[in-house]
Amino acid sequence: MITLEHVYWLMGLLAGGVALVNLRDPSNPRRYNNAVFWGLYAITFLAGSRLPHVASGGIVIVMVLVASIGKLGQTTRESQSRPQREASAARWGNRLFIPALAIPAVTLLGNAVLKGATLHGAPLVDPRQTTLISLGIATVVALVIAMVMLRPPLSAPLHEARRLWDSVGWAAVLPQMLAALGALFAVAGVGKVVASVAERWIPLGSPLVAVVTYTLGMALFTMIMGNAFAAFPVMTAGIGLPLIVGRFGGDVTIMAAVGMLSGFCGTLMTPMAANYNIVPAALLELDEYAVIRAQLPTALLLLATNTAIMYFFVYRH
Amino acid sequence: MLTLIGILIVVVGFVLRINPLLVVTIAGLATGLASGLGPVEVVTAFGKAFIESRYVAIVWLVLPVIGLLERAGLKERARTVIAGIPAATTGRVLMIYFSVRQVTAALGLTSLGGHAQMVRPLVAPMAEGAAESRAGVLPDALRRRIRAHSAAVDNIAVFFGEDIFIAVGSILLIKGFLEQNGIIVQPPQLALWAIPTAVAAMVIHFTRLALLDRSLSRELAAARSASADGAPAGDDA
Repeated sequence: MITLEHVYWLMGLLAGGVALVNLRDPSNPRRYNNAVFWGLYAITFLAGSRLPHVASGGIVIVMVLVASIGKLGQTTRESQSRPQREASAARWGNRLFIPALAIPAVTLLGNAVLKGATLHGAPLVDPRQTTLISLGIATVVALVIAMVMLRPPLSAPLHEARRLWDSVGWAAVLPQMLAALGALFAVAGVGKVVASVAERWIPLGSPLVAVVTYTLGMALFTMIMGNAFAAFPVMTAGIGLPLIVGRFGGDVTIMAAVGMLSGFCGTLMTPMAANYNIVPAALLELDEYAVIRAQLPTALLLLATNTAIMYFFVYRH
Repeated sequence: MLTLIGILIVVVGFVLRINPLLVVTIAGLATGLASGLGPVEVVTAFGKAFIESRYVAIVWLVLPVIGLLERAGLKERARTVIAGIPAATTGRVLMIYFSVRQVTAALGLTSLGGHAQMVRPLVAPMAEGAAESRAGVLPDALRRRIRAHSAAVDNIAVFFGEDIFIAVGSILLIKGFLEQNGIIVQPPQLALWAIPTAVAAMVIHFTRLALLDRSLSRELAAARSASADGAPAGDDA
């Protein structure tokens, strides 16, 4: 059976390869830092499932120190100049889109086909992880198509992956670090403390105030936790169910559906949602908060809209 | 209250623009220690959570093929294609991507987009190309604004599209949480109540994209008259 573990092996090979390319490249002024950073990251993928968690924790802390105190660098060399790329673009034309579009196409196909597929009676892929495994397979298929089509040097994919990954740098592992932070918040009961603070300080006298507190609270708490899924149980148990539904007789379905979407407005406004906001900024070579700034007006207007939608419909039966 | 020290560290760290990786690590370790765990237990909890969330990194597997295609001129091709369509503007390109992304997400096809696989190699170059074909060279500040908007469109469209699909994670989370509290809700009803917000998201963001087009053409005109006697701006990153 193909499981996530196999996809992690691929990730480990990629990170390890990127570490090696960096190690051997004197054009990167901090090549040893990069090599250590990506090399340790490779270990978390190749051996993470078998290492004791305390060892993984230690590895992660060393990675953080290398990236924050030691700093990562990147190569200044471009493999192809702009005129070379333009000539290649003119030569290949729209065929260049084939491998790029193969990624979503194969992911969707894999998702549909692999879900029920069996081999000798056993499931072919881990049924709980079909989407992620399909994505892993799709990247390999797209890479093979691109290699056969373009016939670049065999080392080109690794060198190009290195160029892109180094331009993202430490932001590439931030989403995982934030997940780890969320886990420690959960262990420490941060959500409960925040909810009790909110309950003590906020007057919740009228149906309107209850709705406003709930939608704003969802957005704010999502901004703190980086994730509406973490905010929803806390805010709904603290304000939504006892007040909007309990005291004022609101409709539970509308409260829950629009409440979650209010949390999503918060996701658009916080660096804690790193994979949506910080990683794309790095990927597009922008400053850290550029994507959040672009999203801010829409997020605020939509939060106001959600509050209005909830207030006008939740008490109407 | 000491439990909240992690939140304080995060807020202060982000405001002071200290490396977020360091800030988050210190906040996590401090929260663990404040809640009474020993140092070894804290590092163990940290390592465990990091290992268990490795799945969020799988998207990076697209880098070799995306990098290879960029080397072969994919971004340049994306720009050329858009430049060949006279009606294409940055705002319109992004509106089309928004619609496709939101509708497919509503059908449960959330993997049809993404920053690494769609926005960087295709959407952003197309949005830039649409402006370039009108302006010739694009000042750096405008190029960065267009890129930021390209990423924003991907996020907003998927966030306010996916909840219309009944089997998405957030709907299942709502259903599960309410069930624990003794309340049964129907996923189709929850999905139905995601539609008003989805429509509002589209209306609000399309309006902003139309305004973006207007502000781009105004600023490009200003940049053209300013650069008539200066060196042209722009890069090829």
